[in-house]
Amino acid sequence: MPVKLPYVEYEAPTTMAEAVDLLAEHQDEASVLAGGQSLIPLMALRLARPAVLIDINGLSELVGVSVTDGTVAIGAMTREYVAEDSATVGDTVPLLAAALPLIGHDAIRSRGTIGGSLAHADPAAELPAVALALDAEFVVRSRAGERVIPAADWFEGYLATSRRPDEILAEVRFPAAGPGTGVAFLEVARRHGDFAIVGLAVSLTLADGVISDARLAFAGVSDVPIRAAAAEDFLSGERPSAELFAEAARRATAGLDPPADLNGSSEYRKQVAATLVRRGLQAAADNAYERQ
Amino acid sequence: MREVTVRVNGAPRTGSVEARKTLADFLRDDLDLTGTHIGCEHGVCGACTVIVDGRAVRSCLMLAVQAAGSEITTIEGLATAQPQPTSPDRPPGAGLGTLQQAMWDSHSFQCGFCTPGFVMQATAYLDAHPDAGEQEIREALSGNICRCTGYQSIIDGVLLAAQRSREA
Repeated sequence: MPVKLPYVEYEAPTTMAEAVDLLAEHQDEASVLAGGQSLIPLMALRLARPAVLIDINGLSELVGVSVTDGTVAIGAMTREYVAEDSATVGDTVPLLAAALPLIGHDAIRSRGTIGGSLAHADPAAELPAVALALDAEFVVRSRAGERVIPAADWFEGYLATSRRPDEILAEVRFPAAGPGTGVAFLEVARRHGDFAIVGLAVSLTLADGVISDARLAFAGVSDVPIRAAAAEDFLSGERPSAELFAEAARRATAGLDPPADLNGSSEYRKQVAATLVRRGLQAAADNAYERQ
Repeated sequence: MREVTVRVNGAPRTGSVEARKTLADFLRDDLDLTGTHIGCEHGVCGACTVIVDGRAVRSCLMLAVQAAGSEITTIEGLATAQPQPTSPDRPPGAGLGTLQQAMWDSHSFQCGFCTPGFVMQATAYLDAHPDAGEQEIREALSGNICRCTGYQSIIDGVLLAAQRSREA
């Protein structure tokens, strides 16, 4: 049962330089506090016991959306509701825009941040699947400088990323969707806003009626988000059809061994995953035709 | 201890808190605003929802120190006058805001524990989406739990408020 938060020191830097100095000092004794929509519950449940909270809500330099040469850079402290309302995000990263309304509930998105969700790395959450599907890049900063980490190397395990204890996630870079790209984010959850039992991010690019690029990433089927590489390779170069998507669903889920919990058995999750692949591919193809 | 000053329901309020104190506990324990209810204390039930700088937030998932300088509205800030006992010359709900009155008229609540959270979430949502329909309202309120399961009458009340606001 959750109780009052445990005793914790609190620092509220106002610049990135101060923030990385504090992290260098406290290392893994510290937790970075972004929107707090996951960290605060973990503290209430005593699943996280940081000695120091480094609150980066004062770092206005980490807020905002900018587009440069086909890359959309989103500051880590950009609130989820701000990204959800952003016409730029809707136009340039439609898969992210499709996933954002499914995160938690309205009040959660008021505080929750893009970077916070991706640094928390819950494998059932929406944004990790989106970032993995789109091969997003994670920009982390420390006193030693900056590293850029591809999404494929970011998610290391349950709530674990390749961010080092002295690093802060500063920015996430997404490739802007080109012409002919359709997207869908589907999930099955107990009620709107709950964590997905299974979620699926799909991006399909069509050129002259043929699939030139297919991207599928699952949430909720492993301890990290999972790309369906076998299905992606199978789809590439083919023309969309119900038969094609049914076979892609079989290939996408053949190697899955999802976890079981009170929301569903492993077999159930696998079945749901296959259904989501069929529906998601069709929805993304329909969306691609609309956007052409 | 840290000094925190916020504006609550239009008035400046100051308190001295430990960093670990949530906004929910600050409102209730330090500012005596016990209309904000605490249910699950980890962001699942929605009972502690308040409005911070125009957005509905869970006050159990925000530290009091993080609210410094914010404009906060709690359930106590919605009525134009303190509710009074009903009498023949005072109709039920005198002084209530539009949403509160509509929920009263729709018998939206049973035990009332979840009421402040639902009302604050619905207030923030209707302010931003005055033309919301039933499906949107259901989704907007999906993060608030009523253990009496009186959801239908809650939705009815919010829809009635939206309709009255549009007609006003």
